[in-house]
Amino acid sequence: MLTILFDGIAYGMLLFVLAAGLAVTLGLMNFVNLAHGAFAMAGGYATVVLMNRFGVPFLACLPLAFLFSAALGLLFERTLYVRMYERSHLDQVLFSIGLVFMAIAATDYLMGSSQQNIHLPAYLQGRITIGGVGIGIYRLFLVVVCGLMALGLQWILAKTRFGSQLRAAVDDRRVARGLGIPVVKVFAITFAFGSGLAGLGGALGAEIVGLDPTFPLKFMLYFLIVVTVGGTSSLTGPFLAALLLGVADVMGKYLVPQLGAFIIYAMMLAVLMIRPQGLFARGR
Amino acid sequence: MTSRFAFTRRAAIALGGALMLAGGPALAQETVKIGLILPMTGPFASTGRQIEAAAKLYIAEKGATVAGKKVELIVKDDTGTPDVTRRIAQELLVNDKVSFLAGFGLTPLAFAVAPLATQSKTPMIVMAAATSSITEQSPFIVRTSFTLPQVTIGIADWAAKNGVKKAMTLVSDYGPGIDAEKAFKDRLTAAGGEVTGEVRIPLRNPDFAPFLQRVSDAKPDALFVFVPSGVGSQFMKQFVERGLDKSGVRLIATGDVTDDDIVDSMGDVALGTITTHHYSANHNSPENKAFVAAFTKAANVRPNFMAVGGWDGMHLIYEALKKTNGATDGTALVEAMKGMSWTSPRGPISIDAKTRDIVQNVYVRKIEKVDGQLYNVEFSTFEAVPDPVKAGK
Amino acid sequence: MLQSNPAPQQDAKPVLGPAAFLKAKAAWRWPEFLFWISAFALILLLPNRHLLLNEIAILGLFALSLDLILGYAGIVSLGHAAFFGVGAYAAGLLTKYGVTEPVSGLVLSGVAAGFAGFLASFMILRGTDLTRLMVTLGVALIFHEIANRLDWLTGGADGLLGVAPGPILGRFDFDFAGTTAYVYSLTVTFLLFLAARRIVHSPFGLSVKALKDNRLRAATIGIAPNRRLIAIYTLGAVYAGMAGALLTQTTQFVSLEVLDFARSADALLVLVIGGSGYLYGGLIGAIAFKLMKDTLSAMTPAYWIFWMGFILVILVLIGRDRRMAGLARPFAPLLRLLGARRP
Repeated sequence: MLTILFDGIAYGMLLFVLAAGLAVTLGLMNFVNLAHGAFAMAGGYATVVLMNRFGVPFLACLPLAFLFSAALGLLFERTLYVRMYERSHLDQVLFSIGLVFMAIAATDYLMGSSQQNIHLPAYLQGRITIGGVGIGIYRLFLVVVCGLMALGLQWILAKTRFGSQLRAAVDDRRVARGLGIPVVKVFAITFAFGSGLAGLGGALGAEIVGLDPTFPLKFMLYFLIVVTVGGTSSLTGPFLAALLLGVADVMGKYLVPQLGAFIIYAMMLAVLMIRPQGLFARGR
Repeated sequence: MTSRFAFTRRAAIALGGALMLAGGPALAQETVKIGLILPMTGPFASTGRQIEAAAKLYIAEKGATVAGKKVELIVKDDTGTPDVTRRIAQELLVNDKVSFLAGFGLTPLAFAVAPLATQSKTPMIVMAAATSSITEQSPFIVRTSFTLPQVTIGIADWAAKNGVKKAMTLVSDYGPGIDAEKAFKDRLTAAGGEVTGEVRIPLRNPDFAPFLQRVSDAKPDALFVFVPSGVGSQFMKQFVERGLDKSGVRLIATGDVTDDDIVDSMGDVALGTITTHHYSANHNSPENKAFVAAFTKAANVRPNFMAVGGWDGMHLIYEALKKTNGATDGTALVEAMKGMSWTSPRGPISIDAKTRDIVQNVYVRKIEKVDGQLYNVEFSTFEAVPDPVKAGK
Repeated sequence: MLQSNPAPQQDAKPVLGPAAFLKAKAAWRWPEFLFWISAFALILLLPNRHLLLNEIAILGLFALSLDLILGYAGIVSLGHAAFFGVGAYAAGLLTKYGVTEPVSGLVLSGVAAGFAGFLASFMILRGTDLTRLMVTLGVALIFHEIANRLDWLTGGADGLLGVAPGPILGRFDFDFAGTTAYVYSLTVTFLLFLAARRIVHSPFGLSVKALKDNRLRAATIGIAPNRRLIAIYTLGAVYAGMAGALLTQTTQFVSLEVLDFARSADALLVLVIGGSGYLYGGLIGAIAFKLMKDTLSAMTPAYWIFWMGFILVILVLIGRDRRMAGLARPFAPLLRLLGARRP
């Protein structure tokens, strides 16, 4: 039972890393970036290529995946996304879906349409037993990495100068610019950072949820669910929501597998019925 | 429905034979068109790619002319959506005047087109979809892939013989999965075994942890698995991660799980897994060696069971045309196909004259390392297995 | 997404009385005649592509149903396929179990979908656009799962077999080239379009639009928001259900894909391409979308999706006028004649 609880937490943490970047772009920058999964996929594929073709160790791949996706994000932000900030949400949806289509076809062309696998180093494989509870080492690793990351993100956002600049820029671009905050730069960095997070999530998640060219579409729903349920006004919201959904999903499927597929959707609906702004949203 | 109109029309085409087909002027060498409808994009794209590559390879190797006719392949993407498949098939029949419909990556895609095959009396070669009842939907359907019960009963027999008393099943929650679950359970129970638990996994499911935990709690002798081919590698990894391999639960599956396309990239966690299927790229025969070499060269991936279905489908079309001397009357072609037998890369196969379904060897395989790569190595054979569902009727 | 400053509807013209104003707005313009005449002319002009045209008509009707709720009531939906699917399955089951006449099947399917839409409409009354997107999406996903679960009824993932509709009104058989199918779908789409056109230009339609523009203001002048939203959402569901029923009847098969997320997303894409809020957007978008898809996938079956995405991106980046939810700028005057909002 505790094992399953732990699995749920690990799964939730993974959902959070994958969705954190979206929480930043959608929640903070108010940009509906459905192409978020494409950046996650880029990170995943970067890891696969680095590990399988160039023999780079897994742990070294993680920061590289982050950098790769961040660079990709920066490139796209400067060339394309920057033109889209002021557009309507529907335009943004159309635009980012277009990007998703392109990413899927391009990945398929470059890497083939079948599943890709990464091979974890031996020290991350297997299981340990702590106090009678069996725990997968890789899942433990996930929980630690993601937990640290969540703390780090919260710290950057709440305590650093950059964080306050970002919050100011989001609340009112014009005033922020008037105060001498380099809004364009802040947004670009934030976007790149969000994409980098997605890439890291893709690299970490490939082992558990798999990686193929349809990844951005397959997981788009999960990202969106986490962010909406969590509420878009903070990062703690999506974090707690991801944990809650992860645990509920895994526990639910364990206890009543017949209802397996319904649980996460039903939970989302229930939450949104009661709290339309998301579970952990402050009143705006 | 439309049958009367369609009937007279197709009959006219058949009577007038090739003259009408080419629309008049082309005289010396007429063209036989084959409409190949496959999922080329979306989650089942790899199925489409494998079949397309195999079909093209067949034409490249055997020449584009058979019985004095030129063969033309028209490849269409149906995105895995039945209404699109049907529309494409209908357009191919009406506008391109194809003599064969082929492909069909998934069961509903084949179901949607079956009435068209009947109405237009066009042979419909199912190269991938594996639900048993497909061939019953139209007298013009001939299958060169396999049926799930056909490859599932082998593993149940093997399990019963190798001391598996209590087994659990874990299948994807959709048609083929439920087919496999039932076939396995029936066969194992008949052999004196027992299925102690059945777990069904939603198709859209990123994490196997909760389901595997149930298996881990129950500790059966063996776990029988069917998941669509792409998901197999995640499943395998998580099975090992949960320590189930060490706790004495034997993993047995149909070959979909250890698809040749991905088996090598699964890594050592997959070693020793026992599966039954009708094709392995490692099958030891001169036909297969030549096929694998040519396919790998042309498509840059290892052929899997989808590819061999496409290859044999093309072979069936070629041989049928030879038998009819190039005539494209649908009824005659299907008659020609019935009872045909040949040696495929997968081994000896034949088309059951009564059911129009494939009869083939099913092999028991174990994943081993061959020349540094993982393969499904065959070690035992059930010979000439028909589809058990239709054979039992 | 909600524009806080709605564009003025009319230039400074002599002030009309309410009845005359409504009449002027509802008057037919010549491009509209042209549009429908060409649509019907295609029956004779393009005999080879009736099957594709049939698909376009159905997608057009489906997008039109989304336009009713998005373009007029401002409800964004990523799960409109839920009602398309209910209609499709209802039509399939009706045909299979007795009601083989298509028109009566169509009407009953519309009713079934409308009922589902009515029940679901209570969930979309609150919240932001994002909440609504996710709620509608959630409803569609749950419907998809239910249809998969009820395999004894729906055939599950294998699809529903044995759907063999009889002749339309007892007279017209579906033929192999798809001519009957196209004529049938086009006629139904046209009739439903006429009804929709009347509705959006009626006082009820205007009041719904007022809600979209500014809910608070509308409420203060005595428009009850919830009842109108429920009504328009139900209507949208009826339309979507009928589109689904058309698909079932003309393809004689139903499968889970009718409830797929991709179908909802397609409808939204179609509507964004064609522009929302003037009823023709869905139809024009459906034509553009299907032709694009058909041409591209004929050229490169495996990678057409890349070019599709490329066109979408380009369309957004350069082609779309920022304020007018319409097609490319050169067509703007034409679209305005069709009744699009002024830029």
